[in-house]
Amino acid sequence: MRFSGFKVIKEALMGHKGWGPQWRNPEPKPHYDIIIIGGGGHGLATAYYLAKEFGQKNIAVLEKGWIGGGNVGRNTTIIRSNYLLDGNEPFYEFSLKLWEGLEQDFNYNAMVSQRGILNLVHSDGQRDAFIRRGNGMILNGADAEYLTAEQIRAECPFLNFDDARFPIKGGLAQRRGGTVRHDAVAWGYARGADQHGVDIIQNCEVTGLRIENGVCKGVETSRGFIGANKVGSCVAGSSSRIMAHANIRLPIESHVLQAFVSEGLKPVIPGVITFGAGHFYVSQSDKGGLVFGGDLDGYNTYAQRGNLPTVEDVCESGMAIMPMIGRARLLRMWGGVMDMSMDGSPIIDKTHIDGLYFNGGWCYGGFKATPASGWCYAHLLAKDEPHEVATAYRLDRFQRGHLIDEKGMGAQPNLH
Amino acid sequence: MIINHPILGPRDAAEFTYLGDASLLNRPDWQAKDAAEQFYEYLYLRDNVAGVHRELWYHEQGDRSWLLVTRNTLTHEISKVELASDVARAGGNSK
Ligand SMILES: Cc1cc2nc3c(=O)[nH]c(=O)nc-3n(C[C@H](O)[C@H](O)[C@H](O)COP(=O)(O)OP(=O)(O)OC[C@H]3O[C@@H](n4cnc5c(N)ncnc54)[C@H](O)[C@@H]3O)c2cc1C
Repeated sequence: MRFSGFKVIKEALMGHKGWGPQWRNPEPKPHYDIIIIGGGGHGLATAYYLAKEFGQKNIAVLEKGWIGGGNVGRNTTIIRSNYLLDGNEPFYEFSLKLWEGLEQDFNYNAMVSQRGILNLVHSDGQRDAFIRRGNGMILNGADAEYLTAEQIRAECPFLNFDDARFPIKGGLAQRRGGTVRHDAVAWGYARGADQHGVDIIQNCEVTGLRIENGVCKGVETSRGFIGANKVGSCVAGSSSRIMAHANIRLPIESHVLQAFVSEGLKPVIPGVITFGAGHFYVSQSDKGGLVFGGDLDGYNTYAQRGNLPTVEDVCESGMAIMPMIGRARLLRMWGGVMDMSMDGSPIIDKTHIDGLYFNGGWCYGGFKATPASGWCYAHLLAKDEPHEVATAYRLDRFQRGHLIDEKGMGAQPNLH
Repeated sequence: MIINHPILGPRDAAEFTYLGDASLLNRPDWQAKDAAEQFYEYLYLRDNVAGVHRELWYHEQGDRSWLLVTRNTLTHEISKVELASDVARAGGNSK
């Protein structure tokens, strides 16, 4: 079934009786060519592109819970390609271009909204650093625009411009950045993958990897052994747990990040706004809720919930930059487990075990990466060589000293 | 979370900054033949366990001591708090 305006009108006239399930619920087969572990955004995108772009058949995605229950359904939905370093920027720009064509490509309304992202600047040093980043973006074919305080005042009069400690001096804007409806990304990729014959198997937890003589033969699951020629791990915050089955220690710590949504309001915020002096980012969903977040809680955890000091810190940052937020009531908040890497950048690579591949370390910026991560991981799984925009994301870069440390924080995952 | 400081008693975790896995106490020997390999593992690789985790917290807004906290990463339950210096000395370190 294809979605179209015609179909919507037809269903409206026929009492909406013609809509069916969007994907099958198949039993696992004994063997697949390629198994993807993890039915988050990245795993589903990988399966979709493997089948659609790289001509692979006989693929399964194994998900321990239900698809979209992980970080793909927990994030604050921001997409952008405003990175500085050469290892990162071409990859994220590739991703933003894929977002721009995604809904037509998989025939699903993911509510991709290029409402723009604005990173506020509060000091002269920060202005120089942001202009440099903007130049790096432009050199890599992305868009970037430096706005003065007056220009920002015209667009966002509600911001706290004349704060004594953190006055707003300007900002770096990327007009093509924005937000996407996160659940619809999981559903759109799942539906697209399913239509190309991919088996999406939910309630199927991977509990072990079968490795014989240095070759990965398949996975042990809560529904029995499933064989495969190639196994790709794609489990975000659970990466270390999966790779421990192959005795691989990763340059990753798992941390919790919280997200917050206010009650629904009339439109008040034009795009995504980030505070440059604390960690705070906010946008407004189409339903009207202010969607915002801040820092990690900061300690290792696998609990999908955070603690109150971070809630207080995030709300203080919100009040500092946008005092009107104090009038809104907080409706919901939740946490997701992040795979924080040692340089703040991701990994898409083979392992030293034949047939075992790894995708992870997305930290809290992996939602925007979903299309490119899926595409590049599919490229690697299908061709056994990295896609040209993902060549820097090697697993051994820490040993070789080729870190991609955007923030210059060093091997301290909770600071990236 | 409340951290039961061995000297100061129960303190709010917000008074502390977090460093990470307590294996960071065991700095490799820089003169070892495979020192480069050992330092790579020491600096970058982590067990990242789901369960009981031994980790270092610094009492920045308190007495500035380093604590070794044993905490469950699935439940946030803290089962043991020691002075990191005591643990390091017991392990043969000079300081
Ligand atoms: C609060 C919050 C805010 C964020 N905000 C942003 C943002 O604004 N912009 C942005 O770009 N990024 C953001 N992120 C980061 C982004 O959400 C993640 O980096 C990204 O979603 C991770 O990839 P994924 O979608 O594949 O992960 P997930 O959706 O977590 O997928 C992993 C899947 O693997 C499954 N799994 C785990 N273990 C097993 C097993 N043993 N067997 C089978 N399946 C298993 C899990 O159940 C899960 O469904 C945010 C994250 C959080 C938590």
